[in-house]
Amino acid sequence: MRHIISILMENEAGALSRVAGLFSARGYNIESLSVAPTEDPSLSRLTLVTRGSEPIIEQITKQLNKLIDVVKLLDLTEGPHVERELMLIKVKAASGSQREEVKRLVDIFRGHIIDVTDKSYTIELTGDVCKLDAFIATLKGDDILETVRSGITGIARGDKALHI
Amino acid sequence: MELTGAEILVRFLHDEGVDHLFGYPGGAVLHIYDALYKQDKVKHILVRHEQAATHAADGYARSTGKPGVVLVTSGPGATNAVTGIATAYMDSIPMVVITGQVPTALIGNDAFQEVDTVGITRPCAKHNFLVKDVKDLALTLKKAFYIATTGRPGPVVVDIPKDVTGACTDYVFPRKVTMRSYNPVVKGHSGQIKKAVNMMLAAKRPIFYTGGGIILADAVKPMTELAHLLGFPVTNTSMGLGGFPATDRQFLGMLGMHGTVEANMAISHCDLLIAIGARFDDRVTGKIEKFAPRAKIIHVDIDPASISKNVTVDVPIVGDVNSVLKTMLDQLKVSERKPDGEVQAKWWQQIEEWRARDCLKYSTEGQLIKPQHVIDTLYKVTKGDAFVTSDVGQHQMWAAQFYKFDKPRRWINSGGLGTMGFGLPAAMGVQFAHPKATVVTIVGDGGVQMNIQELATCMQYGLPIKLICLNNGFLGMVRQWQEFFYEERYSQVHVEAQPDFVKLAEAYGHVGMRIDKPEDVEGALKAAFKMKDRFVFMNFITDPGENVYPMVPAGAGLDEMILI
Repeated sequence: MRHIISILMENEAGALSRVAGLFSARGYNIESLSVAPTEDPSLSRLTLVTRGSEPIIEQITKQLNKLIDVVKLLDLTEGPHVERELMLIKVKAASGSQREEVKRLVDIFRGHIIDVTDKSYTIELTGDVCKLDAFIATLKGDDILETVRSGITGIARGDKALHI
Repeated sequence: MELTGAEILVRFLHDEGVDHLFGYPGGAVLHIYDALYKQDKVKHILVRHEQAATHAADGYARSTGKPGVVLVTSGPGATNAVTGIATAYMDSIPMVVITGQVPTALIGNDAFQEVDTVGITRPCAKHNFLVKDVKDLALTLKKAFYIATTGRPGPVVVDIPKDVTGACTDYVFPRKVTMRSYNPVVKGHSGQIKKAVNMMLAAKRPIFYTGGGIILADAVKPMTELAHLLGFPVTNTSMGLGGFPATDRQFLGMLGMHGTVEANMAISHCDLLIAIGARFDDRVTGKIEKFAPRAKIIHVDIDPASISKNVTVDVPIVGDVNSVLKTMLDQLKVSERKPDGEVQAKWWQQIEEWRARDCLKYSTEGQLIKPQHVIDTLYKVTKGDAFVTSDVGQHQMWAAQFYKFDKPRRWINSGGLGTMGFGLPAAMGVQFAHPKATVVTIVGDGGVQMNIQELATCMQYGLPIKLICLNNGFLGMVRQWQEFFYEERYSQVHVEAQPDFVKLAEAYGHVGMRIDKPEDVEGALKAAFKMKDRFVFMNFITDPGENVYPMVPAGAGLDEMILI
């Protein structure tokens, strides 16, 4: 099962490597990981996507909670939640018809073209993993010049908040 | 008044109640050693290798319950300490290791004697810190001691760059520290405890399986009281020996790979397993599917991550085992119900049948000294009241099987990591903590040579340790596995060239003895223990073919023991 684990941790040097080190040392896998400070600069919010059986996920959350720098932790997939990933993708857009087609696709996927040259478009697209995968699939492989994805970040639906 | 970081460190250690500091100087800690020179409150013990400093601090901690404190320099000082840090981490021993670091401006520059100490020790310490500002030093040290000694204890590393120990700031001893990210649970869930108590009262074939947690939590009294109140059998892990009086009739001995028949069979047939402060290590469980297959399991542990890690548990109780055991006792004392005496008597009858197998019996015939006979005699000569440290291997298992520990903190061994070379330096730490006590280290001829240089430390400080070397000329435990499972292909286990240990001991200024006849064992031990103020190296030449029995082969169930 795929799980999205959201972690509130001390924004200290080395905190991220404690999480990453834990995963490699204990043989857990990380599918994606994103991290940034919160509105309180002393805290970082880290979102990681992992896969494992229930006992493995239980061990992962317990081991993460054991890290001294971890303040709070939530398995988002245990309840209703919203997940989003940001993708920046640079595609060929040289001929008129190509530029038209890409523009149309961007509109359908509700993305934005954020940079333009006479040979390429750079597109910003947000969504869950499936949507971003679908967008890539609609493009011809040869037309993609570069892809950058942020990894999943997420938040619980409703009034519930991961906060100290 | 402003103090330098080095002075703050030393003042802090004194204010924190640290009386012994095990260490080795070097460039990055020169300021600290200068500050140590100018005071006489914190006693520094100069070892001969940083690994020994950590093991000595570890032995100090295990025998007292107080945190062991280590001071080493940067680079190789820190890397040499890593084995000792990992040893303490595996066995949850409170320890604070202060490492020097190159000046902050040089960090990351591949400076002389620079390593990423925080990076290296991250996976083998409970936590670690790099102090970048002298203003943070005192509070960071307080946090280190707080983390090391609370919850599930463990080693904490504090890496201090040289310029931080040279910089000045005001010093106030931080009396308290709170951390929003670290709040260990103490009290167990009362509903869960009640459930556990009811299961205990209803059990037909119950057994207590207790580990190092009982000793770490100083919970021997409530544990013993609970076992006596219920009349249930008790088995200990290697780490848990001394957590229940070994001479008590209810004690079945150690369980696991080299556990007794009665303990392993009782585990295999019990209907209720009450695990307290133990972590279902693979050396204890054997094949996991065959471990206590008929039992409901109650597991009390302070570390939630230990619960349902290897074995799925029916009633998990997270909390300090001392507090949980007391709550159990309180609930039992007011309960109308008592365990069914008749049902228990039947269970005990079965256990006594297993016990009658006398699985630890060994042959006393022949011209060669049996290692078991040495431990047996040692137990008699020291009246069971010594502190005993060990290395890792056959001698360790024989010590665990044949020295009956009635008190906690007397049996000191590297249970989790299995560190050879642990015994001698650990014994030093014990002797510093208990100057008047009888301290014995039981070692093999392999492990003792891994920290043999500490004979010099023992001489410098006049430590009257008695070293029992069970010398079979082999790396015995590996040899035993090769005999059983590799068709006697003895690959690289014969230690062909050995020093003359008697002369070696004498070269360091100690007394050396060589004993090679069974009839001399008792007399030699008595003579050695009469030398109250001398370190005695006793080189017992033992039967090289002797194996540790019972043995559960790797991958087998506990009821599939190889017996003598």
